[in-house]
Amino acid sequence: MRMRLLLGAAAVVLVPAAAGMAIAQDIPPCEDCADSMTVISWGGAYQTSQQKAYSEPYAAETGTSFTWDESSNEAVAKLRAMFEAGNVTWDLVDVEGPDSQRLCDEGLAMEVDIDEILAPAPDGTPASEDFGDSLINDCFIPQIVFSTTFGYRTDVAAWNGKEPEDLCAVFDLENFPGKRALEKRPKKNLEWALLCDGVTKDELYDVLSTPEGVDRALAKLGTIKDQVVWWSAGAETPQLLADGEVVMGSTYNGRLFSVIEEQHQPVKMLWDWQVFDFDGWIIPADLPEERLNRVLNFLYFATDTQRLADQAKYISYGPARASSQPLVGDHAELGIPMAPHMPTNPDNMGNYLVNNIEWWADHQDDVEARFQVWLTQ
Amino acid sequence: MSEANAPMLAADGRPLKKSLQRALRAQKLRALLLIAPLLLFILLSFLLPIGDMLFRSVENQIVPDTLPDTVKDLSEWDSESGNLPDEATFQALYFDLFLAAEAKQHSRLGSRLNYERPGISSLFRSTGRRLDDLGEQYQDVFAGFDPSWEDAGFWFRLMSAQGDDDAARDVLGAERNRVAKLTGIDTGGDIGFVPSATMAELLPRTTREYTAFAVYTVKDKNDVVAEEEPWESVYAALGLDLEAADPSAIAAYSGPGAEVLKAAALQAGQLPVIDYRQAMIDIDEGWGQESNWQTLKLYSGEYTNGYLLNAIDMQKTPEGPELKPEKQRIYIKLFLRTMALSLAITFLCFLLGYPIAFLLATLPLRTSNLIMILVLLPFWTSLLVRTASWKILLQQQGIINDLLVWAGIISNSGRLVMINNATGTIIAMTHILLPFMILPLYSVMKTIPPSYMRAARSLGATDWTAFWRVYFPQTVPGMGAGAILVFILSIGYYITPELVGGTSGIFISNRIAYHISTSLNWGLAAALATMLLVVVLALYWIYDKIVGIDNVKLG
Repeated sequence: MRMRLLLGAAAVVLVPAAAGMAIAQDIPPCEDCADSMTVISWGGAYQTSQQKAYSEPYAAETGTSFTWDESSNEAVAKLRAMFEAGNVTWDLVDVEGPDSQRLCDEGLAMEVDIDEILAPAPDGTPASEDFGDSLINDCFIPQIVFSTTFGYRTDVAAWNGKEPEDLCAVFDLENFPGKRALEKRPKKNLEWALLCDGVTKDELYDVLSTPEGVDRALAKLGTIKDQVVWWSAGAETPQLLADGEVVMGSTYNGRLFSVIEEQHQPVKMLWDWQVFDFDGWIIPADLPEERLNRVLNFLYFATDTQRLADQAKYISYGPARASSQPLVGDHAELGIPMAPHMPTNPDNMGNYLVNNIEWWADHQDDVEARFQVWLTQ
Repeated sequence: MSEANAPMLAADGRPLKKSLQRALRAQKLRALLLIAPLLLFILLSFLLPIGDMLFRSVENQIVPDTLPDTVKDLSEWDSESGNLPDEATFQALYFDLFLAAEAKQHSRLGSRLNYERPGISSLFRSTGRRLDDLGEQYQDVFAGFDPSWEDAGFWFRLMSAQGDDDAARDVLGAERNRVAKLTGIDTGGDIGFVPSATMAELLPRTTREYTAFAVYTVKDKNDVVAEEEPWESVYAALGLDLEAADPSAIAAYSGPGAEVLKAAALQAGQLPVIDYRQAMIDIDEGWGQESNWQTLKLYSGEYTNGYLLNAIDMQKTPEGPELKPEKQRIYIKLFLRTMALSLAITFLCFLLGYPIAFLLATLPLRTSNLIMILVLLPFWTSLLVRTASWKILLQQQGIINDLLVWAGIISNSGRLVMINNATGTIIAMTHILLPFMILPLYSVMKTIPPSYMRAARSLGATDWTAFWRVYFPQTVPGMGAGAILVFILSIGYYITPELVGGTSGIFISNRIAYHISTSLNWGLAAALATMLLVVVLALYWIYDKIVGIDNVKLG
């Protein structure tokens, strides 16, 4: 079982690329462009989905050679080091929203005019409107919406047939005993704790901004502290759930999708109070012109409505463009419709939060220190 | 007597000592040349980067480089007076921040200061977005006086030096320096603009800001000064200059743009009177909070001890360093834990490794080779694989717990927690570091002739006495080497504690990694690393005093 899970996670989804005339039309001509690109991403199923949906059709048409580097996890630190050394070898970097904010703040990412460099929606809506709220700063070129949410095992004997219906089941050891997996970071955990401690969504960050608010959240987390397994990599929770080490745990929705639909584990999603995050591209600042031209040409293609919808065939993350949503089809390998598995599906969005990047940029250092002290107590 | 003390002479009459030295010098030089590649390699790839990294633990140039004038003005501000800094400081802040925002360096400073005071990063970010408004108020009025004020060419003629005598080279040099420090770009070379000394005297602030604008426009944007309309801050500077200017001096001016300038000076009464303090507070109320200014003042020097204090759970305050509130003290605790766990791991390695090394050294070759392979095989296996397999073995639904439950030793509900805590770290790291103890022990034991033990026994010693009095003391150098290796390796270990350490089994190096790759607080990471280095060197010194480093042998 364990072996199959590991293999499954690394499995490459093989599907003949949708060849055709349509692709050639979507790529504008590229003058004075470099003929290779170094793209940084997360590896695994996510990177595969990008290769299938974006780079393989693009390379087939333009002959550009792609080098993929799985460094997104440490992209900010590495990019900063590259700038200090004066030798930036990356052309395009896939990062999460908060990292894009840091890179933009530090001047390491190029500021872009979304409407100028990206394609409008098929109906002519400008890109900036089509992307809407996912444009979180001046450097960020969004691709997907993902969410952090809970999954739980459906075969826990001690629950006497009950199943968690809302987020607060995580804090309910009486009805739902067993270990829980939570990320070893304050972000999201503190919000969830306060939501289950009677704080409303509107006043969440006002409460968290006070030292007492953080204490209150930590106190709530304290009620389950000895039942928590803390994870630091997104792959841990699916593994812990599959092994029965924990009965419920938070992780990225795409990871849970593959545990449930691809590995057929007795696990279900608990979409209640999922936390949305955006993932997208940034272009390193001050790229040489030829390389920049190639990047922009690729981006114009890779972020258009059809391509973003294509990516959802390979992984259950929602496209960042509104115009891509209706085009989301079936999973390329499993053949199941992907729309119900999108975090942005209205049925899954009863209660949700959006990662508050601004607040966390301000309070990360302070709250992280207090969280770590609390963990070691 | 004096004869005996006279230096001994060689055959050629030179003192023997000197001619010997001369002969040896050539040899030494040759030896040095032979090791030169290694020496250079170590210097370039090891010592320099480490030195550079450690230097970051005190480096703080970003603050004076981004806000040079503000920092200068702040040095005279009494941070405990209960008052905000004076109007001049707020003006300096406006002009410093304006240039920084144009060069997109203000948010960098915000992130830097946010390590010291939460919330300051958004203060800088939001201020940077709204700085234009203030200058625009002046800009509109000037444009109303005369449309020339909106003409890039007019400004260029007004500010340019009339011939070599009129060149204000000191202003140009100062502004080149200011932009270079701020942005890190090379601002040398021709920029197609030299400020006028006449203007520098008449309108000092305007000349300064216009020159900074010119340097930045040419050097960073590759634009032509004469074709670019000046920034809003230049209009604000002009407004301030005209307010303060001596009307007769302006009336006496006859250079380019004299008519327009004189007209503006006459109408100066119509210029908006801006209270910079209020204006900055309107942009973001954070500027009205003394504590933000105190942070800025505390961290205004080129070097700071702030990171190092932080690394030992202390903080800078206007009253001097003090301990952090208890809820934020973490590093001392982690240092102590790292020491304690590393010692435990070293001891366990010794306990497990000694008998194995003994067997390796004493068993016949065929058997000992087999054991050697068993020792080395895991050593050649990837660290991650070994750590992950410990997870599978030790977790609550894992193999060991399953076996114990099956054997009836523990109940199903009482499964042992052996991973994601300090126990997990100790078990996994002991396993991983074991070869580093076994191999030095083995190579030392191998050199101990078996005849010593036999001799001791033949003289009437029991097995234990022979071992303890004869054999064991001879293995001490191997123990020393093994212990040092294991201890120093484990003290800086990172990946294993991260994977199996949970919350009670993580080390200080996990925090260093966090600050390097996630929080980007490289200064604090460097300070923690410096502390770790100091602790290791201190322990090494103590070890040398107690055991003696000459007593360490790797074979």
